[in-house]
Amino acid sequence: MAAPGGFSGTDFRNEEAYFLGFTQAQVIAFVLLIALLAIGPFFLYPVFLMKLLCFALFACAFNLLIGYVGLLSFGHAAYFGMGGYITGYTAKMWGLPPELSILLGGAVGAALGLVIGWIAIRRQGIYFAMITLAFAQMVYFFCVQARFTGGEDGIQSIPRGHFLGIVDLSRDMNMYWLTAGVFVVGFLLIHRIVHSPFGMVLKSIRENEPRATSLGYRTDDYKLMAFVLSAGLAGVAGGLKSLVFGIATLTDVFWTMSGEVVLMSLVGGLGTIFGPFVGAAVIITMQNYLAEFGAWVTVIQGVIFVLCVLAFRRGLVGEIGNWLRVRL
Amino acid sequence: MDEIFGIPAPLLFGQLLLGLINGAFYALLSLGLAVIFGMLNVINFAHGAQFMMGAFAAWMLLEYAGLNYWWALLLAPLLVGAFGVILERTMIARLYKLDHLYGLLLTFGLGLIIEGVFRNQYGSSGLPYRIPPQLSGAWDLGFMFMPVYRGWVVAVAAVMCLATWLVIEKTKIGSYLRASTENAALVQAFGINVPRLMTLTYGAGVALAAFAGVLAAPIYSVNPQMGSNLIIIVFAVVVIGGMGSILGSVITGFGLGIIEGLTKVFYPEASSTVIFVVMAIVLLARPAGLFGRA
Repeated sequence: MAAPGGFSGTDFRNEEAYFLGFTQAQVIAFVLLIALLAIGPFFLYPVFLMKLLCFALFACAFNLLIGYVGLLSFGHAAYFGMGGYITGYTAKMWGLPPELSILLGGAVGAALGLVIGWIAIRRQGIYFAMITLAFAQMVYFFCVQARFTGGEDGIQSIPRGHFLGIVDLSRDMNMYWLTAGVFVVGFLLIHRIVHSPFGMVLKSIRENEPRATSLGYRTDDYKLMAFVLSAGLAGVAGGLKSLVFGIATLTDVFWTMSGEVVLMSLVGGLGTIFGPFVGAAVIITMQNYLAEFGAWVTVIQGVIFVLCVLAFRRGLVGEIGNWLRVRL
Repeated sequence: MDEIFGIPAPLLFGQLLLGLINGAFYALLSLGLAVIFGMLNVINFAHGAQFMMGAFAAWMLLEYAGLNYWWALLLAPLLVGAFGVILERTMIARLYKLDHLYGLLLTFGLGLIIEGVFRNQYGSSGLPYRIPPQLSGAWDLGFMFMPVYRGWVVAVAAVMCLATWLVIEKTKIGSYLRASTENAALVQAFGINVPRLMTLTYGAGVALAAFAGVLAAPIYSVNPQMGSNLIIIVFAVVVIGGMGSILGSVITGFGLGIIEGLTKVFYPEASSTVIFVVMAIVLLARPAGLFGRA
């Protein structure tokens, strides 16, 4: 491990931004990622890939907080699930076009993040994790009771609609390109945030918050901003997912979902740019193939958690990067 | 006195009693969490799963070994506590030098494993566990009927909390524990085996959770999810009370149980969320928690 305390990926010196803040290795990895996204649907089932991408975006949003600000939010399902409900409700009941309903899902996720984050950032570390988890449970109970969520039934048969009024999303390939596009935009946005002056302040908070404060940064404002951005992106991911599957249910706001996104980021590598995507790919693939084993999936996920924490803290991408001596 | 504030008295007292019982479990569990956190700096996410293991241990002891409730009350905490000791020695102890959040992630994973294994073995519908004959029946208190077992749970939980407080505040090993919480390196320099103390503390905290699980077995049905539903509320209780003081977590636990019970009477829609609302208010007014040190 690099710094014994930190969640940061390994830091390598003497590397220069090569292109738009990417290092050379990252550019290669990014081109590889785009190529995979482009040829993926011709080899794999598009709905599976869309699910993967929704969770990858969700994990990227989560990783923005844990990897670059050092905040472990254990309640990210709240923004993901609420985004899904809002997108589903507005698309079905108000007949909003998909681009608007997804944006609304993201906006409500961000607003929820603003309220919860504003309260939660008063505490740090373990308390922060417990507080975000508790609030997410509150959101879950709210969703169980609220009328617009449909309670136990959820919102069903959500129409995918026409993107910009032209592209018929009920065709899986069209929906796939939209999902892939949203993922890439979200991915680049996070990359941009991390490499902006704002992102530098975030990383300084992760490394040493009192020092950042002493340099004159209002660290609470920065943390809250990052929290809202992360929650908003999680909301977008949830909205996308509800359009892909046509349903929004309580599963997506439950605490197990918060645990899953932590697991994805952990498996991929906390604080790496490509880690959440890889982690989501691994976990979603695993769930897909192990679905028949029922509750054993939970056990396997628990085992992966334990193994990652005990022996494998850099995650897949972190280990590969460390092996190649590059930051990914 | 048939009505109080327009609410039928039996309903009010019934919910108050239910609140007190929930509060007893909140108190026992948050106490264990606080003791473990104070010593190990680890938030034991598996606490709910270990609570559930306690209940299952009671059920198994009866089912497979024919040992009754009273044996379970003694043996289940010992068995589950020993299991906790193994977990601490083999896994949790490796993480003390790392960021505290890794401890949370590890115990979360352990909780998933435990819950998943029990769900595979016993399904998720729940198994019945009978109230022991000595504690069945109800007392007529004049204004309400009180099931004996429920009174027993509240009383035993209170005694257990008090006993834990006495051990920590008044005994020699408790003073070692408090000293190590303040400065483990210095205590170790005085020749006290701090790693062993940490192991024992974890085992004791887990045993306390299992004890609560045995108490809960006859009230709630014994099912694999019984702990995970509870533990998140207990986290909120811990945030509200702050983990600085033993008595603080006990008072907060019982108090919040009562608040929850009262909410069920006066505004049932909010009963599942009231504790989280209290948490938000406390965080705004006193971020360190009611009994916490900043």
